[in-house]
This record gives sequence, structure tokens and C-alpha cells, in this order.
Amino acid sequence: MDEIVRFENVGLRYGAGAETLADLNFTLYPGSFYFLTGASGAGKTSLLKLLYLSQRPSRGVIKLFGEDAVTMPRERLPGFRRRIGVVFQDFRLVPHLSAFDNIALPLRVAGVREKDLEVPVAEMLEWVGLGDRTSARPATLSGGEQQRVAIARAVIGRPEILVADEPTGNVDPDMAIRLLQLFEALNTLGTTIVVATHDIHLLSKIPGAQMMRLEKGMLADPTGSLRHPPLPNDQQQ
Amino acid sequence: MFKFFVIPGHDRRLIPEGRLSGPMPWVIAIMIFLTVLAAAAGLAMTRAMGDVSDELSSRATVQIIEANPEIRRGQAAAVADRLRALPLIEEVRLLPPEEIEALIEPWLGTQDLADEIPLPALIDVKLVRVATDAEYQSLRGDLQSIAPGARVEPSSGYIAPVISLVRSFQWIAFGLVALLALATASAVIISARSALNTHTETIAVVHLLGGTDEQISRLFQRRIALDALLGGLIGLVGASAIIWLISGQLSALGSGLVQSVGLDWWSWLIIAVIPILGMFLAMITAKWTVIGALKKIV
Repeated sequence: MDEIVRFENVGLRYGAGAETLADLNFTLYPGSFYFLTGASGAGKTSLLKLLYLSQRPSRGVIKLFGEDAVTMPRERLPGFRRRIGVVFQDFRLVPHLSAFDNIALPLRVAGVREKDLEVPVAEMLEWVGLGDRTSARPATLSGGEQQRVAIARAVIGRPEILVADEPTGNVDPDMAIRLLQLFEALNTLGTTIVVATHDIHLLSKIPGAQMMRLEKGMLADPTGSLRHPPLPNDQQQ
Repeated sequence: MFKFFVIPGHDRRLIPEGRLSGPMPWVIAIMIFLTVLAAAAGLAMTRAMGDVSDELSSRATVQIIEANPEIRRGQAAAVADRLRALPLIEEVRLLPPEEIEALIEPWLGTQDLADEIPLPALIDVKLVRVATDAEYQSLRGDLQSIAPGARVEPSSGYIAPVISLVRSFQWIAFGLVALLALATASAVIISARSALNTHTETIAVVHLLGGTDEQISRLFQRRIALDALLGGLIGLVGASAIIWLISGQLSALGSGLVQSVGLDWWSWLIIAVIPILGMFLAMITAKWTVIGALKKIV
């Protein structure tokens, strides 16, 4: 199977401080589902930033879609970013845009014509249960609703990789399951999913998902051999 | 180049555009107002200098200094005839005594002094071209053979210090235009940086969703270009009103160099283009500023 992401001896340091991430070695494959776990401050968000090209590593090699993302010219980054959907931990919705416009943003950035984006955006709003909040601005939405808009924005462009940072942190358990089902549906269509979470119960919801655990900026299994999450209690022997 | 003007409405909403709501259009309005006044002054002086210089550089005055009025009249007529016969001379006008008296009236009053003071006869001469010093020297020799008291004074000699002064003012005016252009560009840089800071979060999101530097800079270019155009038009209208008022007052003075200080149609055309040039300056400065700032982000 071709790899979609490969980290080789990757380290990340902010300013002159200690390394936030160190010696990361792992490979992600297309169409796989990964959970990234670890305690707060373990470096989950920093690792995701490297994945969605918001940050360049201080050392090491990151191969993304078969190309070196570390030395890639800046001008080429937008094209790669369009292939990655991101759900930010703090949503990062544009405050003066409606829910519709926020969700449509990746399509508009990619140059999709207006008449071609109305139906998919409306469908996505329906799917995340916000069909009646099309014109609502983020400030008038609850935390859970904002998170759903953020997720809809991340998946609307059918990305090859979806990176989600605590995507279920602000939604009720039912909505959390629905969102995971959306991720799973995308995954079955071929999207590689990487979900950072500290909610251990989520891990059992996606059969076949693999887990990476970060401890103090390093993978708990430094060899990069990813392991499956523990089975739910009712399936344990 | 003008692609940024046809950005769809939904993209424009990314960076809200409040017309005249911020200080930028008003700062630009003041800058363009001052620029138009400085440019108008420079252009008016250029025109005045050109008119006066063209008019006077090919003119000369011949004075016949002779105490005896009879002899003076005879010499003046002979000199005028001689001048008309020369190929270098285009036009000869012997000033009547009344006109000469009118010329000295501001200094000597209206009393009938002409009989008491021997005024020279004056002949206004227009040459076919600007004569050289050697030609003037030859002309003097020629005329003095007819009237020993004849003096030939090129008019350019009188006006040279004035022309030099006007030229200095002209350079000062155009220097002011250049300084104001620099100040306008600086104001745009400050405004663009401020707008970037205000919308940092939106820009970061658009970047991470795959937006290019060009896409983002176009949003700022459009906003700043429209602010500059709007401010420029306000400045142009204000300055034009003042120029029009001053032009009227100068015309009313009705004399010489001062009357020449005015604007012809091409000067007005240059002035009308200033807000558009200001808009281009703002647009280019905004683009450089925004692209430069975006390059610091990954």
C-alpha cells in the first residue's frame, strides 16, 4: 500500500525552548483511520499542525502525498493544503460569515463556481443538523453548533486527509457518534482520518482504527508500529 | 491587474469593507487635496514661466535717449524704419508718448512732467527668434549709426531673476508632490498592516484552507484601492474648488506674470488623473505590504 504521510526523525521546537515533539517516526496509509491520543500538553495539536502544514518541523523529514513537505516551496503549499481538511480545536470559524459561508469557504478558495457549491453546502448543513441555521453567524451558535460547522467546513471539499483536533469535545454523546459516523463514511470513501482525542471511549467506536499515543512529545511506541485500540468491554474475553 | 475589482461579494465579505468608516479614506483625501494644490501650483508656474519666457525671450526694447524732442522723434522714426528692414525683426512698434507717460505714471504721478523730463523714445521690437549676444551687439552698432543715443535691451534680461525664482517655486511644488506621494504610501503601509492585524485570524484560516497569498492580497488591494479612490475624489473636489477660486482672483489682478498663472486643459487633465495615480500607488503599496507580511507566515 502506498503511504500518504511519513515522518522520519521529526522534531519540533518553538523558539529556543525544549523540543515539543521529538524523534517522531511513523507512516500513515491512504484510507486508514487513526486516533492520536495523549495527555494534555503531550504534543497532539503540534503534531497535527505539522500534518496540516501550519508549521514546519525543526528537524527531520515529512513526506506528504509522496513529496517532501519540509523543503517544499511556499508557493506549492496551498495546493497541498486543499487536499487536507482540518477541524481545529478552537473551531476558527470566520466570525462575520454565516454558517453557510463558513462551510463554503474551502470550495470558494478552491475556485468552485457558486452554482456548484450551493447544493453540497446545504446538504452538509442538513447532515450536521444545522439546516435551519444557514444564515446564523458563529456568535449566535452554541459551542456544539460551531463545532459542527467547523467539521462540515473540513469535510465539504472531500479531502484526502482529514485532521481533527478534539472534534467531539463540545458536542453531546449522540452528536459525537453521528460525527464519528460521518468521519467513518468519509473513511470508507478513501479519506485518511486522523483524530486527536483524549476521550478513550471514542477509540472503540471505529472498528479497525489505529492508535498513536504521544507522551511528552514522543510516540509511546517509538518504532512507529501503530496498534489497534483496546476492544470495548463487552467484546473483551 | 484589475482582477481584484471583480472579486465576488462572498469573498469580499471575508474582509469587511466599511466605506469612509475608517481613517484611511480621509487621510488619503487630505493627501490628495495637498498633492493637487502642490501639483496645480507647479503646473501653473510651469505654464506662466513658459508663456512669459516665450513672449519675452524674443522681444527687445530700443530706447532713443535724446534731450531734444524734435531730434528724438526723427531718430526714433529712422530707427523704426531701419528695424523694419532687418530680416531678424518681425514686428516693430513705436510707443506713442501717452503710453510712455502711462508707464511712468505710477512713479512720477499724473502731473504733466513729460515736458520737464526728457523721456526716451521707446520702440518695442519682436524678433523672429531668440537673438544671440553677437546679433544684439551688431544691432546696437547698426542703430547707433542712426541714433547715437540708441540702446537695445533684450527683455529676457529683465525677467531672468523672476524666471529663476519661479523655477525654484516650481521645483519646490513638485518636490512637495513627491513627498506627499511618499507620505501617502506610508499611510497605506500603516493601514494595510493594521488591516492585516485586525484580520489575522481570518487570513490564517483562509491560508490553512488553501488560500494563496494572491487571493488574500487581492482582498486587501480592493479595499485599500477603493478607499484611496474615494478619498482621492474627495480631495480632488476640495482642491479643485480652491484652485478655481484662486484662479479667479489672479485673473482679476490682470497684469503680466501674475495673469499668466493659470491652468490650461492639459494641466487640469493631469490634476484629474492624480486621484487615479493615488489609487494605483495605494494598490501597489498594499500589495507589496500584504504579500511581504504573508510571506512571514508558513
